[in-house]
Amino acid sequence: MYCLLKCAPLILAVAVCHGWLFGDFVRKQELNEISLWPIPQKFQSSAVAFKLSPASFQIVHAKQSSAGPSCSILENAFRRYFEYVFGDLKSRKKVYDSDLVELQVWITSADPECDGYPSLQTDESYELSVDEPSAVLKAANAWGALRGLETFSQLVYEDDYGANNINKTEISDFPRFAHRGILLDSSRHFLPLKVILANLEAMAMNKFNVFHWHIVDDQSFPYMSRTFPDLSQKGAYHPFTHVYTPSDVKMVIEFARMRGIRVIPEFDTPGHTRSWGNGIKDLLTPCYSGSSPSGTFGPVNPILNSSYDFMTEFFKEISTVFPDAYIHLGGDEVDFSCWKSNPDIQKFMVQQGFGTDYSKLESFYVQRLLDIVAATKKGYMVWQEVFDNGVKLKDDTVVEVWMGNKMEEELQNVTGAGFTTILSAPWYLDYISYGQDWQRYYKVEPLNFPGTDAQKKLVIGGEACLWGEYVDATNLTPRLWPRASAVAERLWSDKSVTDVGNAYNRLAQHRCRMVKRGIPAEPLFVGHCRQEYMGL
Amino acid sequence: MCCAVLFFFLLIVQVDGVWPLPQQLDQSADRNSLSPQRFSFTYGRDSAAQTGCSVLDAAFKRYFSIIFPDFTKGSGLLIVKTRGCDGYPDEDSDESYNLSVSEGQAVLRSVTVWGALRGLESFSQLVYQDDYGSYFINKTEIVDFPRFAFRGLLLDTSRHYLPLHAILKTLDAMAYSKFNVFHWHIVDDPSFPYQSRTFPDLSNKGAFHPFTHVYTQSDVMRVIEHARMRGIRVIPEFDSPGHTQSWGKGQPNLLTPCYKGDVPSGSFGPVDPTVDTTYKFMESLLKEVKFVFPDSYVHLGGDEVSFACWQSNPNVRTFMEKMGFGKDFTKLESFYMERTSIVWQDVFDYHERDTVLEIWKGETYQAELSRMTKAGHRVLLSAPWYINHISYGQDWRNSYAVQPQNFSGTEEQKKLVIGGEVAMWGEYVDATNLNPRLWPRACAAAERLWSDEEKTLNADLAFPRLEKFRCELLRRGIQAEPLFVGHCKHEYDGL
Repeated sequence: MYCLLKCAPLILAVAVCHGWLFGDFVRKQELNEISLWPIPQKFQSSAVAFKLSPASFQIVHAKQSSAGPSCSILENAFRRYFEYVFGDLKSRKKVYDSDLVELQVWITSADPECDGYPSLQTDESYELSVDEPSAVLKAANAWGALRGLETFSQLVYEDDYGANNINKTEISDFPRFAHRGILLDSSRHFLPLKVILANLEAMAMNKFNVFHWHIVDDQSFPYMSRTFPDLSQKGAYHPFTHVYTPSDVKMVIEFARMRGIRVIPEFDTPGHTRSWGNGIKDLLTPCYSGSSPSGTFGPVNPILNSSYDFMTEFFKEISTVFPDAYIHLGGDEVDFSCWKSNPDIQKFMVQQGFGTDYSKLESFYVQRLLDIVAATKKGYMVWQEVFDNGVKLKDDTVVEVWMGNKMEEELQNVTGAGFTTILSAPWYLDYISYGQDWQRYYKVEPLNFPGTDAQKKLVIGGEACLWGEYVDATNLTPRLWPRASAVAERLWSDKSVTDVGNAYNRLAQHRCRMVKRGIPAEPLFVGHCRQEYMGL
Repeated sequence: MCCAVLFFFLLIVQVDGVWPLPQQLDQSADRNSLSPQRFSFTYGRDSAAQTGCSVLDAAFKRYFSIIFPDFTKGSGLLIVKTRGCDGYPDEDSDESYNLSVSEGQAVLRSVTVWGALRGLESFSQLVYQDDYGSYFINKTEIVDFPRFAFRGLLLDTSRHYLPLHAILKTLDAMAYSKFNVFHWHIVDDPSFPYQSRTFPDLSNKGAFHPFTHVYTQSDVMRVIEHARMRGIRVIPEFDSPGHTQSWGKGQPNLLTPCYKGDVPSGSFGPVDPTVDTTYKFMESLLKEVKFVFPDSYVHLGGDEVSFACWQSNPNVRTFMEKMGFGKDFTKLESFYMERTSIVWQDVFDYHERDTVLEIWKGETYQAELSRMTKAGHRVLLSAPWYINHISYGQDWRNSYAVQPQNFSGTEEQKKLVIGGEVAMWGEYVDATNLNPRLWPRACAAAERLWSDEEKTLNADLAFPRLEKFRCELLRRGIQAEPLFVGHCKHEYDGL
């Protein structure tokens, strides 16, 4: 008995060879050199290899360092990176002599910033020198040291006998852009704390430094507010299991701080606020069907003082809960149809002399909101529509460009008006497709728009966005990694780093490294990792 | 009548669907409560299967903890081998069942244990909890049977190695969706993870790693037994003469050496069809496969053979001349497939009717179906269900819209469509992303292959039922991704 069946994958055989021959077959020196991600600005390595023994190797504060054992950021990082380098306890029992006895971490500025938070101005540069008998990592502050520790851990490789090796290396490194972010959306689907923390971990492995937390939206309001507990009580998917308590939020912020990552929360208004309306009466505009209310609600009601009173109280809380100097205020995709239907709004429009131009009403609202938030001494980020609609913005406002069409023109306009900007339009990672789409993200050049040098300097970075319509804890992590890693290198490494073939080899290694560290990063293509993902 | 299973519960409303939808389902609002302490599965007095039936004893235990996740008591029944329960499902297995839930008792009747498994799955989906945690089931009558006998899912363990637990988990989820064939595309160009007892070098040299990236004989046994317990057939695929790069590493002289001009280039092409050693090797390998895999079917591949290497090789060209094939290399391919088949027929006691063709070419599958069935071949459809091809949004709707018998042909021709399968090729898939990519997207095809098409054409009507089913999958520990915005009571708590 037999059965003849036909089936076949639709792939390019040429590409296969490239992919699956990689891995164990690569010579060790080569493997070492190619596996750094993102690639440092200046990098020199020789074939001279030193052994590191888990029994004797140490990460220590340099004598000259301004930081010491009281620096919890570094103490935690030392432990974390020791574990990354030497793996699990079992492999740490291996006994052999160490050529390299220590990594000295030398913080050079008077204030190591151990108790502070990273900011947009933070200097993340570092210098790393690996030589016998000590490696030295020099950075101005703890944040730069974190980046250097990640690089150091990526330089260590295992030889065929399981011993850890590192090559003689000199690195001088700094980020190309100051704002390198990941947006996660915890409203369309609730993301358990564990998932957020794991992704902060993965962000640090890729030298991302901003977690843009799109925490609430139309679908649900999981942020538990102390001032207005009804917001999550009535607006979350579930008032107990699907919320972020104040201590959850604190934990996210501290976990991020330990990794040199800023947490910028987004409280998007006046649109995208349906879930807010469940907990706050009269906040949203009642929509009308003919001359009577239809029972549905639109954006925040911009004509009531109570709306602004609420926002004042609410953002007072937010400004104390989140330590970062910036809050993202959203301001995108406001649908005018509900405002148009409401007779009170119509009357207000006439009173204010707005005619029928509802974008003026939107600007009226946003302007008042910005003033409210400015009074809390916070800076703000907004989506591009707010700028497009001509709202008067503070000088330090960051405008986020997200619309794919006319992206270059928008960058030109925003920077032309003197505002700093970040780019997310080409990096909407929720749009999935078959194949290696990371290459598309990799090939983006953020400064590729017409403008003066001064204008280009106003582009301070970018963000990879993973919107939540089709994403929750089940698929978030493999969908984000290593696709977001492509964006990470674009934002960190030099402009000239554009070789996709070289990037493929390094990224394939890097994703195996993430898998080894417990992050379920999906494969780039056919092949294998020495240690496959085990946590199912 | 082979099996009758009774459920007892206390007397005591929410009506929700079952996925895939049963052929006939009548529910009333009368609800009965189930007490985990009092509930039990028992064999009916007239049942041919009784305690000791391995498949059902294990299924009782499994479904008890699926229905009552907080109660681990379960039934501690002895597993003793009895006749009828120790076999393997095959293409003629009768999977029909009748389920009648009334006051205090439910009766599940089926001809075979495999039907009983399907009925237990439906039963488990009928039970629900109210806000206080009490369990309920509504008065229900189900008459159910599959539309197609072959409802398969393909996993590819060559392009990426899938750890055993990933395969076992997939089998669990398959049973929840009433899939009944695991098509194991076990080897291919990139790697040969199957550890052969006859030719150990195949995996020693052809796997990604000879120890960590292989399936040992006991791994394979475990997969087969895990599948059997869930009424799932395991059909392995050993694809040749193309897709065999990894075979060549452990089996010298199996592949055709490619030439560059007059000298071998050092690279290799498809299996060398001109030498007898090839067929001897295939015979030994197929004998082993027959011994290891109990299913009467094995998938021989035979797809996508590149002729360039054969063309370059002087020995192959001489052979072509000798055989009078001219320059037509498809003749050489047929020659190989025929000889392999003959080997196969000897090994497997071949009968003409058992050939099944699988249609995989996407754009023209209706025409192919029409052509193949006209020629009298039995066919399987996988073309529209290559779910490794991902895209943004609710692409399950495309899978759901497929109508396997919607092609021009006679009634007789349509009957030749024996089923279909969902294929998850492995180029971009490994243990990190397999599960959320499979589920619940594969569920769409599962319903198409099981349920009455007339009752399941509207995807909008199916949506809430599928949404609920994906939450149920999550509750059962399957990492099924969301269909759209929303939430489940029990979210996935892994990573």
